[in-house]
Amino acid sequence: MLDDFMTRAALAGIGTGLAAAPLGCFVVWRRMAYFGDATAHAAILGVALSLALSLPVVAGALVVALVMATVVTLISGRGYAMDTLLGVMAHSALAFGLVGVTFIDGVRIDLMAYLFGDILAVSRADLAVIWGGAVLVLALIGWRWSALLTATLNADLARAAGIDPRREQLVLTLALAVVVAMAIKVVGVLLITALLIIPAATVRPFATTPERMGVLAAMVGMASAWVGLRASYMLDTPTGPTIVCVAAVLFSLSTVVSSLRRAG
Amino acid sequence: MPRDTVTAPLISARDLTVRFGDTTVLHDVDLQVNAGEIVTLVGPNGSGKSTLIAAILGGVRPSRGRVERAARLRIGYVPQRLVLDPTLPMTVARFLSLPRRASAARVDAALAQAGVPDIAGRQMADLSGGQFQRALLARAILEEPQLLILDEATAGLDQPGAAAFYRRIEDVRRETGCGVLMVSHDLHVVMSASDRVICLNGHVCCEGTPEVVANAPDYRRLFGEGTRGALALYRHHHDHTHFHNHAAGHAHHHGHDHDHSKDAPH
Repeated sequence: MLDDFMTRAALAGIGTGLAAAPLGCFVVWRRMAYFGDATAHAAILGVALSLALSLPVVAGALVVALVMATVVTLISGRGYAMDTLLGVMAHSALAFGLVGVTFIDGVRIDLMAYLFGDILAVSRADLAVIWGGAVLVLALIGWRWSALLTATLNADLARAAGIDPRREQLVLTLALAVVVAMAIKVVGVLLITALLIIPAATVRPFATTPERMGVLAAMVGMASAWVGLRASYMLDTPTGPTIVCVAAVLFSLSTVVSSLRRAG
Repeated sequence: MPRDTVTAPLISARDLTVRFGDTTVLHDVDLQVNAGEIVTLVGPNGSGKSTLIAAILGGVRPSRGRVERAARLRIGYVPQRLVLDPTLPMTVARFLSLPRRASAARVDAALAQAGVPDIAGRQMADLSGGQFQRALLARAILEEPQLLILDEATAGLDQPGAAAFYRRIEDVRRETGCGVLMVSHDLHVVMSASDRVICLNGHVCCEGTPEVVANAPDYRRLFGEGTRGALALYRHHHDHTHFHNHAAGHAHHHGHDHDHSKDAPH
């Protein structure tokens, strides 16, 4: 079954959507979108380093994403202008990564594959990484769910209940780095944040509890991946961007339906 | 009311000093709260009230001194402000179940105790200011805390609302025997509800029963003579003697918090 590249691609997309969307809810609730961008863009620097050192791309991307996410976490809450700083770090990491790749001799690299993903070229090993990462992220978020939610509401509320908000932030940081590393192959570093945020934003009007929003977001994430894959096959369009387009169309539909419902 | 002064305090701060950079926000603060007593922190803006609460909860590290909690102390906390991001859906019932799941029966009981039955199914975002604060209180008392900490919990409530809120706190204290530590700007109402008032201005300027503190020179200097009105109200509540010279008292209000002249009773 896994011999078929379309099957592998579908499984890769569904696995990424499944893990990214519930994590994306926290990214939306905590207003961490730029944080996601910084982490994802830093991963391209990791790709460059991996290629230079002949390491697996996933490993390099994971390590650099983790370093970036940790640095950003440490800086946050120290009174810097966060959006400016994140913007600086996100785009410098991307630029240094892009420049760094050109120094690597003898390798002709299709940078587009890392920027926008190359889901049709997913191998069995990639699939193992993606689903391993998805299970890890879902387990981590499921385990910490209540503590994460409490810390998201209010840091002192969490502390009064014996929860350390910094530890919960670290959990999210870790999960974000894992999702970035596993999603590079699927949608590329430039569009990972879209997979985090758009499904969560799409289901918000239809959710009454955080749990329902997480489950619905995962469903929209998976549906976007599958429909996007089919659409790109039929229309002969790049797959990663097509997946994000499908998610964006679903978001627009959701906005229209929810405003109609409010009006009526 | 249940009070046991023999047992160790629920929390105690000793020689507590907190600095942010070069600014000393609190210095040499000693404070303790025992089971069954209501302790109120008053003080002008920037006097370090919220910093003291944060230090007690563990969010601010003291640069000197220490905060000790009784072993396995259960704290119920009502924050000054809780801003729910509009992207976060949250029913009242779900909010009360954070971080630990509570049965629907216990959620309903806590809401009833806080004075807002029948709102379990509503979205937090749709509540009025008063309902929201009571939902916060319901969540704080759900786990049967030994210590209830309220940081300006009545901010945004009108005076009758605030008075009703503090009566709830007294009820909770009477029913559960918990200690209460609260911060308030609302001197009028707080005075009548407290066993002990601590007046803070970077350090503890004075401390004692509401009457002692209201008559203390340090307190008068911080809040001005207008606070006689608060004391009058305090006596009014407790002795049931009627003061008919409120208007004269309020003429002196210019010295302190201007809100009080607006919402003073007539």
